[in-house]
Amino acid sequence: MYVAVKGGETAIAHSLELLADRRRGSRDLAELTLDQIDQQLALAVDRVMTEGSCYDRSLAALAIKQARGDLIEAIFLLRAYRTTLPRFGHSEPIDTSRMVAERRISSTFKDVPGGQVLGPTFDYTHRLLDFSLAANGERPAAPTAPVDATRDLPRVGDILEREGMLEPPPANVGGPTQDITRDPLTLPAERPVRLQNLARGDEGFLLALGYSTQRGYGNNHPFVGEIRFGAVPVSFVPEELGFPIEIAEIDVTECDMVNQFAGSHDVPPQFTRGYGLAFGHAERKAMAMALVDRALRAEELSEAVTSPAQDEEFVLAHSDNVEASGFVQHLKLPHYVDFQSELVIVRTLRAEVEARRQQTALDQAAE
Amino acid sequence: MPPMLSSDATLSRRQRWLSVLAKAPADRLEALWRTLRATPSYTVLRRPEIGLVMLQGRISGSGAPFAAGEMTVTRAAVRLESGQMGVGYIGGRHPRQAEIVAAIDALGQLPEWQRQLEEQILTPLEQEAEARRRGRAAKAAATKVDFFTVAREAGT
Repeated sequence: MYVAVKGGETAIAHSLELLADRRRGSRDLAELTLDQIDQQLALAVDRVMTEGSCYDRSLAALAIKQARGDLIEAIFLLRAYRTTLPRFGHSEPIDTSRMVAERRISSTFKDVPGGQVLGPTFDYTHRLLDFSLAANGERPAAPTAPVDATRDLPRVGDILEREGMLEPPPANVGGPTQDITRDPLTLPAERPVRLQNLARGDEGFLLALGYSTQRGYGNNHPFVGEIRFGAVPVSFVPEELGFPIEIAEIDVTECDMVNQFAGSHDVPPQFTRGYGLAFGHAERKAMAMALVDRALRAEELSEAVTSPAQDEEFVLAHSDNVEASGFVQHLKLPHYVDFQSELVIVRTLRAEVEARRQQTALDQAAE
Repeated sequence: MPPMLSSDATLSRRQRWLSVLAKAPADRLEALWRTLRATPSYTVLRRPEIGLVMLQGRISGSGAPFAAGEMTVTRAAVRLESGQMGVGYIGGRHPRQAEIVAAIDALGQLPEWQRQLEEQILTPLEQEAEARRRGRAAKAAATKVDFFTVAREAGT
């Protein structure tokens, strides 16, 4: 059967213009600048960079503006842009112990060396709408205090590790780090590959999975060993130079989760760990990632795999919101032919049922 | 001085200035670059080019590396008429800054330029970076928790 698939060009062109018109909103209001988005919607920028998997504040701000604040659409735009760029190489692993931390907390030790630094957090707000912001958001600069001369901020994990109480993270296995943007994901996946997948993964999806482990679907009894947020240098070895230089300083959030211990008759018990890392300030994402990272280690730690968060294929195949949104939204594309064929089938089946019903009625009347 | 030591010292100086220049705000670096007088002309070997670097993290901060996500990077390369090649690699999309970094990198290899670059560009940029770092750290320091213990009566 021939079905017309052309047409709608003018409607599409006008739809794009209407979209741009709605994006701009009322012309009586000033247009948003990228710097305003970067500075005043900073956490939206952080989320778009993290899940867009591309650290560039002004690009993420542009994506948010273009997407009218739809962050998953903005993430899609950023992912699409990155495919147009050449890859220069990979950085040296970032060293979060060199972080200039703006926030650093531990819920396992009160007196952690370097102290508990709250930084800018929603944790102590009362979640009451502040109507003064509706009128005027101007605020005085935050108070300051003398800075300790020592910049050292030891990791909580390192302290427990030295006592043998905490498992050390798997050491450098050598060889190039696998990269799912280069080589497609294969299962079972090594932990570095899983972490790359989770780092790009949708915050809502990981949050729900992490929550599910806390509610008993693969519980692993987590404590926040440490959360830190701040600036770290990025070292890169340019091919022309052959030695590392620092090419940038970026903000990252890190969560080292300390979990239920494992041990046996011969192996003394040790706490286990899950890890989360996100661009910018995104600690809900980093925590959820750490919970799911730990849950996905069930098999490695000889735990029963009974829950969704522990199921590697389920988690890794559904974490990406660009893929998920594409597949869900492709349902809006014309499926006229598919649906026509289903209509024919259903009509035929209905006719058959009707014919049988009439035949039965006739048979009964004849009796 | 043994030649090896000399080249190590040169390398670490170059490493330092390339890092300071790369982390400087693009407009600030351009303003400082304009204060230099009679800079020799250079040929652009690699026009500023924007690309990506895959950032690596480490499991639990200290374990095996993993691909944490990319960042945009701009690079450029120039050559002075006297032959020195300069390279610029900077985080973000700033073509002009990458070219200026490459030009300063080339100039820095000429002994007669080193003092001027140090005084007019590198020292101010380092001081400004340190001030920014301290400013941010000072606000964070004000949010450090002082715990106090509510002691119970003794002997209970």
